[in-house]
Amino acid sequence: MADSSDISPVSSARRIALKAGLKLGALAGGAGLVGAGQVSAAATPDPLITEVQDWNRYLGDGVDANPYGKPSVHESDAVRRTVSWLTADNKSSINFTPLHKLDGIITPNGLCFERHHGGVADIAPGDHRLMINGLVETPLVFTMEDLERFPRESHVYFLECAANSGMEWRGAQLNGCQFTHGMVHNVMYTGVKLKHLLAEAGVSPRGKWLLPEGADPSHMTRSIPIDKAMDDCMVVFRMNGEALRPEQGYPLRLVVPGWEGNMWVKWLRRLEIGDQPWHHREETSKYTDLLADGTARRFTWTMDVKSIITNPSPQSPIRHGRGRTVLTGLAWSGHGTVKRVDVSIDGGRNWSTARLDGPTLAKSLHRFYYEFDWDGSELFLQSRAIDEQRQVQPTKDALRAERGVNSIYHNNGIQTWHIRPDGSAENVEVS
Amino acid sequence: MLMIAISLYVTSVQAAEVSPGLGQSIDSEEVSSVDISIDPRGENLPAGSGTAVSGATVYADKCAACHGTDANGGDGLADSLVGGIGTLATEKPVKTVISYWPYATTLFDYTRRAMPLDAPMTLTDEEVYAVSAYLLFLGGVIEETHELNAQSLREVQMPNRDGFQSVWPDM
Repeated sequence: MADSSDISPVSSARRIALKAGLKLGALAGGAGLVGAGQVSAAATPDPLITEVQDWNRYLGDGVDANPYGKPSVHESDAVRRTVSWLTADNKSSINFTPLHKLDGIITPNGLCFERHHGGVADIAPGDHRLMINGLVETPLVFTMEDLERFPRESHVYFLECAANSGMEWRGAQLNGCQFTHGMVHNVMYTGVKLKHLLAEAGVSPRGKWLLPEGADPSHMTRSIPIDKAMDDCMVVFRMNGEALRPEQGYPLRLVVPGWEGNMWVKWLRRLEIGDQPWHHREETSKYTDLLADGTARRFTWTMDVKSIITNPSPQSPIRHGRGRTVLTGLAWSGHGTVKRVDVSIDGGRNWSTARLDGPTLAKSLHRFYYEFDWDGSELFLQSRAIDEQRQVQPTKDALRAERGVNSIYHNNGIQTWHIRPDGSAENVEVS
Repeated sequence: MLMIAISLYVTSVQAAEVSPGLGQSIDSEEVSSVDISIDPRGENLPAGSGTAVSGATVYADKCAACHGTDANGGDGLADSLVGGIGTLATEKPVKTVISYWPYATTLFDYTRRAMPLDAPMTLTDEEVYAVSAYLLFLGGVIEETHELNAQSLREVQMPNRDGFQSVWPDM
């Protein structure tokens, strides 16, 4: 939270009123002097303040009760969730990050959404091998120990599934940012730049494309231009400081910053160099964007500028009534940093610039806040991000005008939450 | 003197930009045992062949439970494999192998690497050729007796071959 000197005059005035209320409350019961949401000194003392509580007197767990720590039992709602009717089989399925339960820019490892095509592979790191073959001077195989002896780097990147928000092309569908936007996470990865490994094998001048392949039962493959591979792609073995989680590709995954998550092949076992794309299933049948005229866009890899208000939202209604309200959300762009986020509380008629907080890193989630005083009337909340290339997040109608409604992938349209006078929220569209 | 010596030593270690000499070279036999990727030129297609006649049996045994006896996706959410031609520009596009996939090589590559979902890499190359032929026959792309092999598979022209436009600027 900002220092008091950063807070608007409205807040300063309220703080003064609070002091006055307490002072007067001691004399006159504090009636009617403070705004909605404030608690003044009451006739009945609050037992949570005046009485000794269990946690004040009974010793809790000692050290090592949980050698690997877990969240508080009071946070059992902060979990990934799936929507069972979206996919045929839970071995080839998805779940969603609970964005409305998080703050800052980093996604905790256990809450990073999952997308598997053949279940979670269980690989002992000593048994894992990474092969480089194809148009190279020397085909090579690396062990995990080999990989850790290359120069390591750490970078924070978002990973967004190309199908994130894909259910929303025809209209408001799923009620909650976890479900509409939860196929994104943001992690600090540690690993090795791919260019160091490719240099060891020696890429032929004819080598223009890279095919990463997974060791899981789906043997996931995608075609990646060699220029991207040599630029910022990495093979990584750590996320947020610890080893990759099994569901995120342990012991080794590819990182393709700013590009759609399906390309970040997990359980990475092979890198093939070729002179043309392979046109495999995940880049023809899937991850191509069908347009209204029946043709499809392919190689639409970059995740364009996007944002979402995470709170308030359908899973995180306003519970405190009118008064000071903190609106927050996330913004990101596969083209680099986010320069600005605007928010509207009236469905896009008027816009205010939100406050970007925390690190502003290229191809990473950005956190924004907008504090305002809610008068208790209905709201239509929207956010609109602008990235360093001056690309502006489009409205859903603008997207549809260009791409139709059959695209499934790459929906970065502006989301609207309808806040009712009781504080509850719903996924809607305004036009 | 000592300080100077230490700083020189540190500099020389940090300057190491040459190859770390890591990784083990492998021979072509080891590579080919795992290199299952096939591009539209089909140069890496294996030996073997099959027709829709034998493919019908493979399909019934290994595929129909999820994709339906008519390969139209069955009762569940498995992909429809055939049909859908003429639907791509409609309100309800049906994207199947036949109506949408631009290359027949992709059908062989994906079936071999990832299908059946619960037992990938268990079909023989002969079975993959055969079941590919069966689906292409069901979709009206080839005749029932047309033999698919490393040469003929790459020559199959899929109906939606020209239905894609590349966005990546280098393409």
